[in-house]
Amino acid sequence: MDFLRPASWEEALAAKAEHPTAVPIAGGTDVMVEINFDHRRPAYLLDLNRVAELHAYEVGEENVRLGASVPYTRIIEDLRTELPGLALAGHTVGSPQIRNRGSVGGNLGAASPAGDSHPALLAAGTEIEVASVRGTRFIPVEEFYTGVKRNALEPDELIKTVHIKKASGPQQFSKVGTRNAMVIAVCAFGIALHPETRTVRTGIGSAAPTPLRATAAEEFLDAALAEGGFWESGKTITPSIARQFAELVSGACNPIDDVRGSARYRRHAVGIMARRTLGWTWDEYRSGGRGARSTEGGAQCA
Amino acid sequence: MAGVTRTPTTLTQDSAATEGGIGESTLRPDGTLKVTGEFAYSSDMWHEDMLWGFTLRSPHAHAEINGIDTAEALAQAGVHAVLTYDDLPTATKRYGLEFADTPVLAHGRVRHHGEPVAIVAADHPETARRAAARIRVDYTPLPVVHDEASALAPDAPLVHDDRDDHHAEHVPHPNIVHRQPIVRGDVAAARARADVIVTGEYEIGMQDQAFLGPESGLAVPAEDGGVDLYVATQWLHSDLRQIAPVLGLPEEKVRMTLSGVGGAFGGREDLSMQIHGCLLALRTGKPVKIVYNRFESFFGHVHRHPAKLWYEHGATRDGKLTHMKCRIVLDGGAYASASPAVVGNASSLAVGPYVVDDVDIEAVALYTNNPPCGAMRGFGAVQACFAYESQMDKLAAELGLDAVEFRRLNAMSQGTVMPTGQEVDSPAPVAELLRRVKAMPLPPGKQWESGDAAGTSVDVRALPGGLSNTTHGEGVVRGVGYAVGIKNVGFSEGFDDYSTARVRLSVVGGEPVAVVHTAMAEVGQGGVTVHAQIARTELGVTHVTINPADTQVGSAGSTSASRQTYVTGGAVKHACEAVREQVLELGRAKLGTYHPAWATAELVLEGGKVVTDGGEVLAGIAEVLEDEVVDIELEWRHRPTEAFDLTTGQGRGHVQYSFAAHRAVVEVDTELGLVKVIELACAQDVGKALNPQSVVGQIQGGTTQGLGLAVMEEIVVDPTGKVRNPSFTDYLIPTILDTPTIPVDVLELADPHAPYGLRGMGEAPTLSSTPAVVSAIRAATGLALRRVPVRPEHLTGT
Repeated sequence: MDFLRPASWEEALAAKAEHPTAVPIAGGTDVMVEINFDHRRPAYLLDLNRVAELHAYEVGEENVRLGASVPYTRIIEDLRTELPGLALAGHTVGSPQIRNRGSVGGNLGAASPAGDSHPALLAAGTEIEVASVRGTRFIPVEEFYTGVKRNALEPDELIKTVHIKKASGPQQFSKVGTRNAMVIAVCAFGIALHPETRTVRTGIGSAAPTPLRATAAEEFLDAALAEGGFWESGKTITPSIARQFAELVSGACNPIDDVRGSARYRRHAVGIMARRTLGWTWDEYRSGGRGARSTEGGAQCA
Repeated sequence: MAGVTRTPTTLTQDSAATEGGIGESTLRPDGTLKVTGEFAYSSDMWHEDMLWGFTLRSPHAHAEINGIDTAEALAQAGVHAVLTYDDLPTATKRYGLEFADTPVLAHGRVRHHGEPVAIVAADHPETARRAAARIRVDYTPLPVVHDEASALAPDAPLVHDDRDDHHAEHVPHPNIVHRQPIVRGDVAAARARADVIVTGEYEIGMQDQAFLGPESGLAVPAEDGGVDLYVATQWLHSDLRQIAPVLGLPEEKVRMTLSGVGGAFGGREDLSMQIHGCLLALRTGKPVKIVYNRFESFFGHVHRHPAKLWYEHGATRDGKLTHMKCRIVLDGGAYASASPAVVGNASSLAVGPYVVDDVDIEAVALYTNNPPCGAMRGFGAVQACFAYESQMDKLAAELGLDAVEFRRLNAMSQGTVMPTGQEVDSPAPVAELLRRVKAMPLPPGKQWESGDAAGTSVDVRALPGGLSNTTHGEGVVRGVGYAVGIKNVGFSEGFDDYSTARVRLSVVGGEPVAVVHTAMAEVGQGGVTVHAQIARTELGVTHVTINPADTQVGSAGSTSASRQTYVTGGAVKHACEAVREQVLELGRAKLGTYHPAWATAELVLEGGKVVTDGGEVLAGIAEVLEDEVVDIELEWRHRPTEAFDLTTGQGRGHVQYSFAAHRAVVEVDTELGLVKVIELACAQDVGKALNPQSVVGQIQGGTTQGLGLAVMEEIVVDPTGKVRNPSFTDYLIPTILDTPTIPVDVLELADPHAPYGLRGMGEAPTLSSTPAVVSAIRAATGLALRRVPVRPEHLTGT
C-alpha cells in the first residue's frame, strides 16, 4: 500500500488524477476501521491532512462553506447557530474521540446510508463542491447519493467544500440506536423549517439504500401549512396534519431487515421521529425562535 | 525478556495502595496504571526477533475439509511456518476444559463458524494475514444443527460421532452434551393443592463477555526444548494441563507466566492462542506473538449459553408456592467447553432462592453447529434467574399480591433444603435483601426537566435515546421492577477445588517483608490487592510484595465462580498462619527464656512485632527472624462437595450460595421502544467485605453486565450458524450514558465455614439485574416480554 501525502489541494488533485483508485483519508474514522477489519486494502491511501483549506470553514451571507475535513467537534462548538441540525447530528456521531477526527467530507465520501450527517444536510439544503484536475462542479446533495455506499464522484474527483444553507428557521435531528450514546443509526430523521420560502425540508437516514428526502411529505406539509395560514398565524399544527406528514415520511422509507433492526421498525420509528421533530421545530418557530424546549445537555457533552 | 519498549512516565505509588489490612478499601496497585493507559497488557508484549502468528478460521458452520494446500502460503517471503492438523507433533490432538473434544486444528471437518483450521508464523502481522489468505482449503458444506429440533431430529447429523466422554453413556442423544434431572417431593400431589398455576416460556440470547483486552500471548522457545508462555488467561494450571500433552512436553518444560489481563468474565477459561503460539514457536525456534483483533476475538472465545426455558409454578391463594416444573435447554454449540457444569448449575439453581419442596427439573446442553458456549459470569444461574423471576412476577400478578411481598413470603433462609437435598447451612437473607432494595428512596421523576421562568429545558441525556435526541418526554413511561437471585460459589459437584499459596517472610533493610506467590490470575477482580491485605492482617507487616502469577508455584484454581477471594484468599491466609506459627516457634526458641508470655500467652503478629493477646510487645519480628527466612507453600481446600445423582439430582453439590437483589427503575419511550435505566439499586450479602470499595465495584460491574443482557447485548447467529455481528459496532455493550445510578447496600452476615466469613460475590449481581430491568420495562409497557435482550421491535410490535 502506498501512502500519498500531498502538501496542497493542487497536489491532492494531481495525485487523485494519477491514482484514481486511491482512497482519500482525513480523520480515518471510517477508512481505518475498514482497513483494520480487512474489508478493503486499497493500493493507495491519499492523506488529505496536510491540505489546510479542507480544515477551514467560512460563514457567508447565505451559506456555510464547510471544508471537507472540518471535524464534528468544531461544527458542534462553532456552527451551532448557523447549522443547528448538523450540530445535533454531530452530537450523535461516535464518541468524543471520533467527533474530534470525523468530518462531513468523510461521511459523504463513504456515502453509507447510516451516515449521521446526511439527514441534516438534506434538510438544510446543501451543495457539494467537488473538484478534479479537470475542474470544479457543484452537486446538489440529493443527487450525490447514488446507491448503498456509492456517490456521484468521478474516480479522479475529491470533495472540497460542503456548501450548507444557513438556518433561517428551526432545525431538528433525531436518531434511533439501541444504545443511548456511541451507536450507529438504526434510522434517523432530520427536519428544517425555511420560513422565508414557507417550506419544510426533510432527510431520512438508514431507512433506504441511500439517504433521501421525503418529498411527498414535504409537499403535503408545505401545502397544508400554506392553506391553513399556519406560517402567518403561528398556530399549533393540527394533529391530523402532523399524523399525515409522519405517515408520508414513513411511506418514503424503503428499509431492509438487518442485524440492527427490522424494516417494519425502521418505517415505524422514522414516522414517530418525523411527528416529534415537526412538533419541536414548529413550537420553536411559534415562540419566535426562543425555543420552548432545548437540548442543552448535548452541548455539555461535546 | 529483552526489549523493554516503554516505561511508565509517572509511577507515583499512592500510599493508599500500599497500606491496609482486611476490611479496608486499599487501592488497587495497578489502578493508576490502567486508568492512565500505562499498564502493560498481554497484547503489549514484544520480543526481539519475534514472529507474528495468525489463525485461519472456517467460514462455514459445518463442512467437510477435503484438503488443505499450504504451498502458496509457505512460498511467501517472510513466512516461517504454516501448520495444519497434519503437523501436530503427538497423538494428542484435542483439548477441552471438561473433556477433550476440541481439535487444536480442524481435522476432516469444521463444526462452527470461526473454527481454527491452520496457523501461520511470519515476520510481520500483515504478512501472516496475507499468507493465511493464500492457504487453499477445499470445503464441502454440510447441513447444520442449529437448535433443539434440528439436533434431535431422527436424521440429525451428529456433531460428534465418536464420543467417548464420561457423559456419552447417560445422555439420551449424542447431540446432548449432558442432561441433569432434579426431582424431589411429589409434584403431582403438590400441583393438586395449587389454586393458581402459571406457565411461561422464556428465551435468553447469546451474550458475550466482551472483555476489552483481546486474546493475546507470547511463546518463547527455550534452550532446553521447552517453551515459556506469557499469556492472559483465567487459570494457568488448567491451560498447562491441556497444552503440554499436545506439544509432547512434560509440564515442567512449559513454563507459564500470567501477562496483563484485560478482563475475562469466563471467556478466558478455554484456550485460545496458547497451543497455537507454542506450536509455532517450537517449530520456528523463534518467539511468536499472537494477538486477536476485535473481529477474531468474537470467534476466539466461548459465549454465554443461549437458552430456552419452560416453567410451571403453582401457588395457593394465600401466596405459598406449591411446586415447580421446568425444562432448560442450553445451546452449547460445537464443543463441550464448560457445558456440563453449566447444566449442573442451571438445574440445581433452577428454583431460585425460594422454598419449593416439590420440583421436577430437567436441564440439557446441546451440541450444535453454533459457536461454542461455556463460562460466563453467572454460569447457568443467569438464564434460570430470568425465567424464575419472570414467573414470580406473573404469579404475584395472578394472585393480586405485591411482587416483593410474594417473593418474601416464599424466600429461602438458612436451613432451607435445596431441590438437590442440600441444606443451606449459612445465612441466606433473601427476604431481608428484598426488603432493603424496596426500602431505598425512589429517584425523582422527570429528571430530564429543569424549569425556569423562561420555560422548560430538556436534558436529553436523562431520556431514552440519550444524545440521539429522540424524545423530549413524549411517550415516556416509568416502570419499577424487582428481582433476586441465587448463585453458587466455587467449583461444585465433587470437584477438588483447591488453591495453593506460598508465603515467605524475611527481613529486608531491618524491616519484615512478606512475599506472596500464587498462580492466581488477576483479571481485574482485585485479588492482588486482597492478598496483600490478608498478609498484612495475618503477619502484622506493612511491606508485602505480590509475585507475578506463574506455574512455578502450585495451582490457584480458576478465577471463576466467585471463588478466588474465598479459595486462594483462604490459601494465602492459611499459609500466613503457618508462617506465623513458625515465626513464633523461632521466637520461643530464641527468646522464650526472656519472658514467660512466650510460653503461656496467645501471641499475634502486629505492627511488625510479636504481641500478646493482652497487648504486650515481646519482640520485633525482625529481631526474631534475623537472617532466617520462613518460606511455606501450602494447598488449601474448602469443604468437599459431591456429584449430583444422574437421575434424581440429589447431592450436596455446592460449597456456598450467594444472594443479591435488585430494584430497577426505567423510563421507556413506548412509541420508539427505547429504554433508559434510571437506577438499579442492589442489596447483596457478602459475608465479609475484605475490600469494601472493590465489593461495590464488583456489584456495579455485575449489575451493568446484567443490564446489557436485558436491553442490548446479543451475538446474532443466523440459521446457517454464521455470526452476524462480530464487532463492537453491532455487538453493543452499555456506555456510561446507559449505566444508571447504582446505589449499593452491602450486608455482612458471616458464613462460619468460610475464611473471615466471606461469601464469593462477583457473580450474584449479574443474575438479578437482568430480570429486574425487564420487570420494570413490563411495568412501564404492560407487555409480557419473554425474551432478552429486549429489542425496540419487541416494545413496538414491529
